[in-house]
Amino acid sequence: MTPVNAIIAKELRSYFVSPVVYVVGAVFLLIIGLLAYLYIVFTGAQAIQLMQMQGQAQINLNDLVFRNLFSSIRFVLLIILPILTMRLFAEEKKLRTFEFLMTSPIGLNEIVAAKFMSVFLVFLGLLGLTGVIPLTLALFSDFDWYPVLTGYLGLALLGALFLAVGLLASALTENQIVAAFISFGLLLLLWLLAGLGSLLGDTTAGQVISYLSFMEHYDHLVRGLIDTKDLVYFGSALILMLFLAHRVVDSDRWK
Amino acid sequence: MIDVQQITKRYGQHTAIDRVTFSVAKGEVLAFLGPNGAGKTTTMRILTGFIPASEGTAKVAGFDCADQSLEVKRRIGYLPETPPVYQELTVAEYLQFVGRLRGLSGSTLSGAMAREVERLGLGPVKHRLIGNLSRGYRQRVGLAQALLHDPPVLILDEPTVGLDPKQIIEIRELIKSLAGSHSVILSTHILPEATAVCQRVVIISGGRIVAEDTPDRLSARLRHSEKIALILKHAPAEAEVRMRQVPGVQQVYANGPAGSFMLECKLGEDIREDVARLAVTNNWGLVELKSISMTLEDVFLQLTRHEEGLSQGTELATESAVAAVQDKVESPL
Repeated sequence: MTPVNAIIAKELRSYFVSPVVYVVGAVFLLIIGLLAYLYIVFTGAQAIQLMQMQGQAQINLNDLVFRNLFSSIRFVLLIILPILTMRLFAEEKKLRTFEFLMTSPIGLNEIVAAKFMSVFLVFLGLLGLTGVIPLTLALFSDFDWYPVLTGYLGLALLGALFLAVGLLASALTENQIVAAFISFGLLLLLWLLAGLGSLLGDTTAGQVISYLSFMEHYDHLVRGLIDTKDLVYFGSALILMLFLAHRVVDSDRWK
Repeated sequence: MIDVQQITKRYGQHTAIDRVTFSVAKGEVLAFLGPNGAGKTTTMRILTGFIPASEGTAKVAGFDCADQSLEVKRRIGYLPETPPVYQELTVAEYLQFVGRLRGLSGSTLSGAMAREVERLGLGPVKHRLIGNLSRGYRQRVGLAQALLHDPPVLILDEPTVGLDPKQIIEIRELIKSLAGSHSVILSTHILPEATAVCQRVVIISGGRIVAEDTPDRLSARLRHSEKIALILKHAPAEAEVRMRQVPGVQQVYANGPAGSFMLECKLGEDIREDVARLAVTNNWGLVELKSISMTLEDVFLQLTRHEEGLSQGTELATESAVAAVQDKVESPL
C-alpha cells in the first residue's frame, strides 16, 4: 500500500468510526428523499389536472422532477459538505498530529491529494445512494437518462469543488467550527457571484463574474449539455483550491 | 550523522534560537538540556524538516534538512512533545498506518510492529483505541511510532514525560540500548535522565548553547573545590579545629545537624584517607564519609541562571558560556 493509499484508508476509517458521516449522510439522504417525493407528488398532481382539462397529459419527468431536484441538491450540498471537510486539517492541528504528518517521508502534494480523495470518496458514496431515486422512478415511468447522468456528473464536479473549498478552509484554522463557517462563507460568495454577474448584464465584467460562479456551469450539465468550457471551469477551480490549500498548509510551517 | 551549523530561528522580533552549532556522531546519544522555552523544541523541529531555519544549515546523514527534507524524513524517527496519535484508531491500526506511511509493507511491517509492541510493552493494549489509553501508554505508542521504521536517527522530545518511575527506567534502558546503532537526540529538563543515558550533554538557555560536554566533565569543570561530607557519632568539641589542621582542608562547616560536617578542600587533593584516619584513631565514631560531586543539577542551575549570575560566575563556566556572556556584553542589547 502506497503512503497516499495509507492516508486515504486511515481517513476513511476515521470518518466511519465517528458519528459525523452517519449523521451527515442520514440528513442528506432524508432531505434529498423528501425533496424527490415532493417533486414527484407535485408532478403527479399536475398530471391529474392536465388529464382533467385536456383528457390527456404529456409529463416530462426530466424537467419537472430531475431538474428541480438537481438545483435543490446544490443548496443541500453547500450546507452539508463543509461539515465533512472541516476536520481534515483543523483536527490534525488541534490534536498535534499535524507535525507528525508533516515530518513523515511523504510530500505535501500527496498529503493534500489523499485528504481530498478520502472525503471525495465519502461524498461519492452518499451521492451513489441517491441513485435509488432515478432507479425507482425508472420502474414506473419513462424519462431520458442522458440529462440525469450529466446531472450526476455535474453534482460530482460541484461536490468536488465544494470539498476543495472546504479543505482550504480547514487548512486555515485549527478550529473545526471556524473552518466550517469559512467554507460556508466562501461557497455562498461563489454562489452570489452569479447574481452579481446577471445584475451587471451582458457587459464584459458581468460575463467574467458570471463565469467565476459555479451556477451557470452546473446548470448546463443539469440540462444535459456537456461543454468543455464548463469542464475546464470545474477542473481549474478544483486545482486552484487544492493549490491554495497546499500553500496555506505549507506556510503554516513558517509561522 | 547530525551536523548543525550556526542555525538561527526568528519569529518576527523574537529570536527562538541563536547561532546554535553542534553535531552528533553515529551511534551517539546526546541530551538537549534546558529550561522550558529555551529553544529545544525549535531546534528539533528544524532537524526534522518541519520548520526551516532562518539562517544556518542543519544536515542529517549528509542531507540538508530544508532542501532535501524528504530524504531527511526517511532517516528520522521523531517523537514530538505531544505523542502524535490518532485517538480513533487502535494501537495496531495506528502502527500499521505509520508503517505504510513510511513505505513498510507485508512481513517487514508486521515484523516491525511485533518488535515495537514487544519492546515497549504494548501487547495488552494492542487492540484498544488509543483515545482510551492512559498518558503513559500513549507516550509509549508515540515512541513505538518513532522507532517503527528503525531509523538511523532518533529525535525524541521529552520521551519520558508522563511515564511512571518503572517505565521511565525501562525507556532509559531502551534508549541506552539504541546507542551504538542509532544516533539519538533527546531533550529533557530532567537532569538525572541526561546523566543516565547520554554520552554528551548540550545545555541550551535563551536560545543559545551555554555548555557542551560529557556529564562527568561538565560537573568536573564547574567544580571549584572538592567537598566531603562526614558524620561522627561522638564528635568532641575540638573535632572541627582538628580537622581543619589536616593538610589540604580549606574550610570546615558544621552547620548541619549535630555530628555532621562538610569539609572543603583544594581541587585534585584527596583528603578522605587522612580525615578517616584522624576520626578513627580518636574514636569519634565515624559512621559516614563520602565525597560530594557537583550534580548536573547544580551545573545546570549555574549555567542557566539569568545574565548577572552568569557574568559573576564566568570563571566557573565553560569556554562556550564565557563566549556567550562576552557576546552579550558586546552586543548593543
